[in-house]
Amino acid sequence: MDTEPLILAFCCHYCAYAAADLAGSMRLEYPENVRVLRLPCTGKIEVNYILAAFERGVDGVIVAGCLEGGCHFIEGNLRARRRVERAKQLLEEIGLEPERLEMYNLSSAEGGRFAEIVTEMSGRLARLGPSPLRQDRIRAEQAIDQIARRAERTPAGETE
Amino acid sequence: MIVADRKSVSEIRDMIKDHDRVLLVGCGTCVTVCLAGGEREVGILGSALRMALKLIGRGNVVVDECTIERQCEDTFFDTLAPHVAEYDAICSFGCGAGVQALAERFPNMPVYPGLNTQFIGILESQGVWTEKCAGCGKCRLGEFVGICPITRCAKRLLNGPCGGSQDGKCEVRPDLECAWQLIYDRARSLGILNRLEEIAAPHDWSTGLDGGPRKVIREDQCIARLESEG
Repeated sequence: MDTEPLILAFCCHYCAYAAADLAGSMRLEYPENVRVLRLPCTGKIEVNYILAAFERGVDGVIVAGCLEGGCHFIEGNLRARRRVERAKQLLEEIGLEPERLEMYNLSSAEGGRFAEIVTEMSGRLARLGPSPLRQDRIRAEQAIDQIARRAERTPAGETE
Repeated sequence: MIVADRKSVSEIRDMIKDHDRVLLVGCGTCVTVCLAGGEREVGILGSALRMALKLIGRGNVVVDECTIERQCEDTFFDTLAPHVAEYDAICSFGCGAGVQALAERFPNMPVYPGLNTQFIGILESQGVWTEKCAGCGKCRLGEFVGICPITRCAKRLLNGPCGGSQDGKCEVRPDLECAWQLIYDRARSLGILNRLEEIAAPHDWSTGLDGGPRKVIREDQCIARLESEG
């Protein structure tokens, strides 16, 4: 279990989060090593959220927002894409593989696509191997749970 | 404002290679506005730096962050001063003035720059900053309808344009607007084209950096006794 990749998925409330829910309702199977963190919009993501996850030993990060042109807040997902690009550039400078981070776009009706994305990312991370920054998986899991609990206390559409 | 951009993670990592406890100090003024050295950017670089160090087997190095209101005034270091002794180096995310002000305030502490200070400029559009002022010490914007040929003409021509001005662009770079075209167009729209018929006098560079670092003194504001007063 300790060698399994640990993935943090920042999911938009209006699309990817609902798609993840739908994937569950549809009884679709996908790797259980993903932790879903709901954001009011992917436009809420900041480069430091992504780096904080990697610093705490996460193997990979998914940022999943609405289809381009379909953002509830008009251009949140487009901003997120640019921030993900910047974070990738920083990962390269740090010495971590930028492929550990990916942005995806999907609609709330695409439960199957969500399962596909997680499967794809999980396979990619298995090929890359565990993050050299991860000390032990349990500690990384705890850090993610902590981040997720904090996020859950913040209702969608509001910031802390 | 003073515009800067960050150095690469690897450059900063290599600069601080001899130290075990490093404090990253951000500045809450110009470099916060140009998204280079404010609280958020220092947080990002701190996180990146800790990871980069860990990956080269130096995970034991302590990298902490803080951001103060302003680095170009000594007074603002007062809140920082009690904590500085806990570190063996400082990496400043202020402009070049901030780096040097920190070095002056903490003479026993190595201070490194986290940013490359670029210029005095303005926000052109979200995420784009442009140089507008060379700080030459003798402002002649009044003569040139508010457009500075010293900063914005690649040849610093005071009596332009040159033959390299093509369709409003400079021959140096196709994306660079010809300052003299801008001056001409603005003078025409203001109805003062005749002003450009006068030959502009050579610039007095004695007020520029060539005479060494400059100083501005407001005697009525000085509390300490001036040297000239004996």
